[in-house]
Amino acid sequence: MTILYVLIPLALLLGAGAVVAFVWAVDSGQLDDMDTPPLRMLGDEDKAPERVERGTKSAHPSP
Amino acid sequence: MLADVLAPLAQGRRSDTAAEVTCAHCGLPVLGGERTDGPQFCCNGCASVFAILRESGLEQYYTRREELGAEKRAASASGKHYDELDQPEFERLFCRRGEDGHLATELFLENVHCGACVWLVEKVSTVLAGVTETRLDLSRSVVRVSWDPAKVKLSRIARFLDSLGYPGHPLQGLDKEAIRRREDRRLLIKMGIAGACAGNAMLFAVTLYCGAFSGMEESYVDLFRWGSVLVALPSILWCATLFYRGAFAAVRTFTPHMDLPISLGIVIGSVSGIVNTLHAQGEIFFDTITMLVFLLLVGRWLQQRQQRLADAAADHLQALAPSTARVVNDDGSVREVPVETVAFGALVEARAGEHIAVDGIVVEGNSSIDVSLLTGESVPVEVGPSALVHAGAVNLSAPIRIRVQKTGHETRLAQLVAAVAEAANRRAPMVILANRLSGYFVATVLTVAALTVVFTWHQGSSVAIGRAVALLVVTCPCALGLATPLAVSAAIGRAAHAGLMVKGGEFLEALARPGLIVFDKTGTLTQGKLSLVEFVGDVSVQPYIAAAESGSAHPIARALCAAMVTRGITAESMKETLGGGVTALVAGKKVVVGSLSHVEHDAVVPSELRTRGDELGARALTPVFIAVDGDVCAVAGIGDPVRPEARESLEKLRSLGHRVSILSGDQPAVVHAVAAQIGVAFVDVIGGATPEGKLAFIEEHAKRGAVFMVGDGVNDAAALSAATVGIAVRGGAEASLAAADVFATKSGLQPLVELFEGSRRTLRVIRGNLTRSLVYNLSVGALAATGFVGPLLAALLMPVSSIGVITASYRSRTFGARK
Repeated sequence: MTILYVLIPLALLLGAGAVVAFVWAVDSGQLDDMDTPPLRMLGDEDKAPERVERGTKSAHPSP
Repeated sequence: MLADVLAPLAQGRRSDTAAEVTCAHCGLPVLGGERTDGPQFCCNGCASVFAILRESGLEQYYTRREELGAEKRAASASGKHYDELDQPEFERLFCRRGEDGHLATELFLENVHCGACVWLVEKVSTVLAGVTETRLDLSRSVVRVSWDPAKVKLSRIARFLDSLGYPGHPLQGLDKEAIRRREDRRLLIKMGIAGACAGNAMLFAVTLYCGAFSGMEESYVDLFRWGSVLVALPSILWCATLFYRGAFAAVRTFTPHMDLPISLGIVIGSVSGIVNTLHAQGEIFFDTITMLVFLLLVGRWLQQRQQRLADAAADHLQALAPSTARVVNDDGSVREVPVETVAFGALVEARAGEHIAVDGIVVEGNSSIDVSLLTGESVPVEVGPSALVHAGAVNLSAPIRIRVQKTGHETRLAQLVAAVAEAANRRAPMVILANRLSGYFVATVLTVAALTVVFTWHQGSSVAIGRAVALLVVTCPCALGLATPLAVSAAIGRAAHAGLMVKGGEFLEALARPGLIVFDKTGTLTQGKLSLVEFVGDVSVQPYIAAAESGSAHPIARALCAAMVTRGITAESMKETLGGGVTALVAGKKVVVGSLSHVEHDAVVPSELRTRGDELGARALTPVFIAVDGDVCAVAGIGDPVRPEARESLEKLRSLGHRVSILSGDQPAVVHAVAAQIGVAFVDVIGGATPEGKLAFIEEHAKRGAVFMVGDGVNDAAALSAATVGIAVRGGAEASLAAADVFATKSGLQPLVELFEGSRRTLRVIRGNLTRSLVYNLSVGALAATGFVGPLLAALLMPVSSIGVITASYRSRTFGARK
């Protein structure tokens, strides 16, 4: 079990890497706005704008 | 609101027409049924947005809106030109230039409210050439635009957004925003790191607990102990500094605050943990401590986030205040520029219906101005050359030119606002119930833990310490620390959806207790707008009155026009006498409308109408006489009518145990007339109050108990910040919203009732949470102290009360309950 003396510091280093990534993400402003991105995700498809008559059930057009 | 009014109408028509015709853009019923082929619209605003979307190929907006189930709203473009956005001064003040020569700025957009709006606004960059990016932050209603100035002008982008129904405004207070953002990021980083520490400390702790049962080599136990110390240190030394600072402040000011026992717990636990690690024996408490720090930071962060939204909303509403002024150059040409760039001594023009943007002296033109924002006076003031006017007033009837004396932060308006903000900062912070309670609770737990060690020491040190640890773990005040922040942040979030911006949890607690509610009359109890209340005499002359008054911008004229139809008659000529009335030639008849003295110039007023006029005057209405061809045939009573829901709302507030008073800057006769109309038993009805008088009144009553001031003018702002809770109602005086503790974005009294009821429900949730976690902690704590619950079971039980609190907070309907 002496391997633990290597594995635990290694695991902690990996964890520290994740923390550094988190700090970078916050500092670069990626977490400033928590409400809009989930909505933006729905609108980011790259399909040509199409003509849709209101009221018709073409809410989920086939590609 | 409009939909509520129109819905019954539409239902009534349903039997006439085959199917209800609804607007293709906003879904409101189209009055009068189908007009043309194709899509139907309720108004021109909706029709033009629909046409623009179709032209630009952005019709997917509608399907998206359906998919998201978002609320539909009628479009309202402002039709402004936004020329000021292209001025070099604007670029210098508000824009950043990127390396590629592109410019970037942020605009506050009105009317954005759903996911479909996000999509539509962000598609603008694909529709307009030269726009590189449009990114919308929905919670702040701010769009970040970057564009290539060689290809497109910002005014073009703003006009396009405006035409879609999203008028834009330059963002004010950028420095404050930057500071706020830095603080938010810092707290989020602390929270994240505390979370990482807590998770890892927990892993070590579980290993140690398991090892304690199955037997572990001493060298490994040592390794895990040192590992725990290592991962706990960042949390204790950096993330928790916030609590130490609060604790120091609590000690210095002798106020009980939860930060004190929390800090004590953290420090005592850490020190004994480190000592035990050094001696390689006994328990370490780092899992409990780090988890405590993490959960408390989560609570703080949630609460701060909600309060930030209210703060930001108040700042952004200030962006709606006039940010441009029309400067008259030496050659007589007029140019619209940002108000920050207007220099002392410049000549500025204010057209009828516009806000005056500077303090200065009138040099040209006669007009009446509305100064209700500054003084609370609802009757317009006449101004002419050499009169002093202040920023924030609204020019009503004719264009005037003003020699600038002060702009921006030096204006009287800005100084009033600044003085108020200062007063609000000086006010002592309120101590929340939960803070006091948790403080005592944690102190008790620490004492009991110490006593447990002392009294069980005779059974051996390991038993004694084991019990104490179990007690500390199981009673970890996470739930207690979370109880208030969670309930408060959930309630503030709900309140924001209901149109109520609350700037702090302590205000909700204060509002839940009975107190004295002081109303400012203008705009809160009354409509805040002049309209026709009574008409005595020959009704058939009404079209003539409407025609005669249609050319005037005076509020009384507007009130008369709004209440009467012209039936196609137009005035052939019209002459307006300042402070008197109008004389017009309508369909060959000479029509004179105005005050008694104005009409008496060319007609004899019959004594009967004269007495009716006096009666109207006694009811605090302004009598307006009408003469047609020298024959005085009618008198109209113009006034500021009481809101229809006023009586019911006030009765509801009284039934909640509050007392109500009116404190107004208006004439005493007017105020008493309004009080009589509402018919609620008021404690005090005071008219003619100066801003200083209001402040003194509020301070006097605040000594005796909670005072809630409801107002809408900057003249109320000092009183608003002196009150226990200052509540501003939106209606023109955006600047005063920054001074208020709570503000309603919807006008009327219904939001106020909602505020008081919701606060009471919130306090009930907080009390429930506190009771639940206290009962849980005390009962399980007793079991732990007597040895029935071991450290491992305690660690497993710990989250139970936290989860209970979280569910109770988010499931409870505090605000918007009736939706």
